[in-house]
Amino acid sequence: MTEETQFCTFYLNKHFFGIEVEKVQEVFRYQEMTPIPLAPPTIKGLINLRGQIITAVDLRKRLQMPDRPDGQLPMNVVIRTPEGAVSLLVDEIGDVLEMSLEDYEPPPDTIQGMTRELVRGVYKLDDNLLLILNTAKTIDFGEPAPA
Amino acid sequence: MDEMDAIIGEFLVESYENLDQLDLDLVELEQNPTETEILSSIFRTIHTIKGTCGFLGFSKLESIAHVGENLLSKLRDGELTLNPVSTSALLAMVDAIRQILDCLENERNEGDVDYSKLVETLTRIQNGETVEAVATTAPAEAADTETVAEEPSAPVEEAPAETVSEVAEAPETTEAEAVAQEAPAESTPEPVAESENTEEVEIDRRKSIQDAEFLAQHGDRREEPQAKKPAEPQKSGGVADTSIRVDVSLLDTLMNLVGELVLARNQILQYAPESRDSNFQTTTQHLNLVTSELQESVMKTRMQPIGNIWSKYPRIVRDLSISCGKKVRLEMEGKETELDKTLIEAIKDPLTHIVRNSVDHGIETAQVRAERGKPEEGVLLLKAFHEGGQVNIEIIDDGGGINPEKIRDKAISKGLITTEQAARMNNREFVNLIFAPGFSTAEKITNVSGRGVGMDVVRTNIEKIGGTVDIQSVYGQGTTLKVKIPLTLAIIPALTVATGGGRYAIPQVNLLELVRLDGQQAATKIEKIQNTPVYRLRGRLLPLIYLHEELQVEKVEESDIINIVVLQADDRHFGLVVEAINDTEEIVVKPLGQQVKNISAYSGATIMGDGNVALILDVMGLAQKARVISQTQAKKRAEAHGDEATTDANRQTLLIIGLGGQRMAIPLSKVARLEEFNRKNIEHSGDQEVVQYRGEIMPLIYVGNLLGTTSDTSEERDELHAVVYTQNNKSVALVVDQICDIVEESIKVKKSGSRHGIMGTVVVQGQVTDLLDLENVILSVDPTFFNENEEVAGLLEGNGS
Repeated sequence: MTEETQFCTFYLNKHFFGIEVEKVQEVFRYQEMTPIPLAPPTIKGLINLRGQIITAVDLRKRLQMPDRPDGQLPMNVVIRTPEGAVSLLVDEIGDVLEMSLEDYEPPPDTIQGMTRELVRGVYKLDDNLLLILNTAKTIDFGEPAPA
Repeated sequence: MDEMDAIIGEFLVESYENLDQLDLDLVELEQNPTETEILSSIFRTIHTIKGTCGFLGFSKLESIAHVGENLLSKLRDGELTLNPVSTSALLAMVDAIRQILDCLENERNEGDVDYSKLVETLTRIQNGETVEAVATTAPAEAADTETVAEEPSAPVEEAPAETVSEVAEAPETTEAEAVAQEAPAESTPEPVAESENTEEVEIDRRKSIQDAEFLAQHGDRREEPQAKKPAEPQKSGGVADTSIRVDVSLLDTLMNLVGELVLARNQILQYAPESRDSNFQTTTQHLNLVTSELQESVMKTRMQPIGNIWSKYPRIVRDLSISCGKKVRLEMEGKETELDKTLIEAIKDPLTHIVRNSVDHGIETAQVRAERGKPEEGVLLLKAFHEGGQVNIEIIDDGGGINPEKIRDKAISKGLITTEQAARMNNREFVNLIFAPGFSTAEKITNVSGRGVGMDVVRTNIEKIGGTVDIQSVYGQGTTLKVKIPLTLAIIPALTVATGGGRYAIPQVNLLELVRLDGQQAATKIEKIQNTPVYRLRGRLLPLIYLHEELQVEKVEESDIINIVVLQADDRHFGLVVEAINDTEEIVVKPLGQQVKNISAYSGATIMGDGNVALILDVMGLAQKARVISQTQAKKRAEAHGDEATTDANRQTLLIIGLGGQRMAIPLSKVARLEEFNRKNIEHSGDQEVVQYRGEIMPLIYVGNLLGTTSDTSEERDELHAVVYTQNNKSVALVVDQICDIVEESIKVKKSGSRHGIMGTVVVQGQVTDLLDLENVILSVDPTFFNENEEVAGLLEGNGS
């Protein structure tokens, strides 16, 4: 057995993603949020998380995936960041998986677009691939587009 | 005497704290006489007391502390070792100090107890003489006092005998009560046992069993002044007992928690009316009251009187007026006005700047004042008071006032406003120009002020904390500066409005009034000037902004009611049209996440009573976005899209150059720098003249030659004037004959396509001036200059509009 890391997993447009468990503050169901006019479309709104206001980022939009089908409500994966918590909106939450470094590979260079930018590695599962998100990059929009 | 009192108060608090520590230290030291660290700490404490009271002029206290210090220094240096006798003597000294401090606190003098025997004892111990019975060396006078206040129930803290009689009347009851609390220790009322017992009381208070043991042994040797001790800690209102030091961060945490509580309260208040349970309703009401009170109290913990920063001004004003050769009297009103500690810090510098300015520029010299028929001594009045949930600070001088014409001329010459703008402005607006960046009217720059960075920084700093600053001046009679700042930052009253299905909070500070137009009015009262809606508010035109347009959201419902929220931003009034006006409520400001905090329309977010999040509108940002504020219009213009262009978008800042006796204009936005090159530095690369510029080689273009307006003058001079144009890290220098002026003008370009290198003609300062087509000129010399980029087209477009 080599080093093992635990990942909180979730689904996005039938892809299987993971974030290190220690970076995840909590996971919760869809909660109503306040949209922010003028904000980039990737930002879905603001959520009141027990008195704390956090920004919700639509991961599908962030990864340039097609929009969620109508009627399907996203789930929140709240990650800790140095600037406070940020919620990532995902399709569905999976299990916490323990992965061994043996199955790890850096993402192939042929992956295109934002996924290439934001996925920092791939774990090979028996029947699937687990894409590990680079959380810091995911929530760093650089200079937001001027409103 | 107020300041002196404050200093003494601080000294007392600090000393009491130190003395308590000292008692413990001394006892501990006796157990471990070699513990030099404790000894040093004791030494430091006594030294501090000695130093401070020397400074404050308490000679008696100083003399006692002095001998104590001497003894301690010998102990510290190992010349003497600590024994019970010296410990008792030192403890006696501590008590004597405490006694004097008591007197200071209550009577503002050191009392007239004679401590010479104690001093003598301490000196003798220090000299190595044996002192048998310290107790007997107790000050005789003090002992007399003791007999007067015979029963232990009256261990009056006022040691001097004279005061006992008066004290006996009033504090008797409290003393008695106080002592009753200490009953277990006070059971034997014989005067003999008293000193010992009261010591025990004291020990109890310190909860140290060790102390008790020690004092059981040595208590009888201790001096009488201790008998008076027990009264001190129980006395209500003593400085040391009524204040504690608390870390500000703890208060911040408390403030945050209260903020959360306020939110929870707001939420419950919303549900309460729906409930039929009367118990729940009463409890809610109670909760409401308690929360409000709690919030107020917690805010108070962070409050400080503004006098804290004002206390420096007498000195500043004095020094300054002397160095300016003026006579200025400083008056202060409302020193006790309190505001949040962070705000106090934030306004310290701006206020100081204003005060300095008033003395330096406002108040005239005695001579001038005499000529103007004013008293020689100028008056600078500082006023602070609470009004409408805000703190108002006014700085009023009776000096020369501000000459609006001087301001106007200055502003025009500095290019801050144009003559056209000036024609539309009133005196009040001129006076407020002193807040514009880069403005300073001082004829000579003094070391105090006049560098032109002052007042705009003052305003920026005050606005940063949600405050406003306004100036009124009557020329020849004086100037009044009014600063308004919120009481606190964390919790602010705000108006909630709704538009496009969202709710927004508008800080009350920016709010002036609400206007509601319905039916007929709504249809007719809003007029338009070239698609810009305005409303006549009591005869003045109020520009209107539609919130849903600014936020680019869909209107939810069409209604024939128009709600206008009249707001103030940067001295400009404007109306914000919203769909609905809800309510005012206290909101807790929370910052926005880094992904969205760059949107200028919002200053933060808050949680509303129903638990949902609402955005807080940044009125300033909105005004800038909607271009209500002129200063930012210039900035906006650069990025303005064609469809947003208004009449004002034609305003351009132009650089006027001279070429062969002709004036030509270049949009300043295209100019990277203006440079002067010496002819000697010109080198050749092929047939191109070049200069070395910032580590690069920059080609020179003689614009005059290209346009065929060759003038001989440029050939003769050693210095060449050049306009540096930079694009894609490549620079070229356009050599011109003269750099004439920089003007801001509303220009209309008349195309004249026939002439090479000229984009058209404009009227600048009443003269027809050719507008140079920079890109074209450069291209004709270096056709590859703009390769690698397509932005040129955009630039040209923006230019031609």
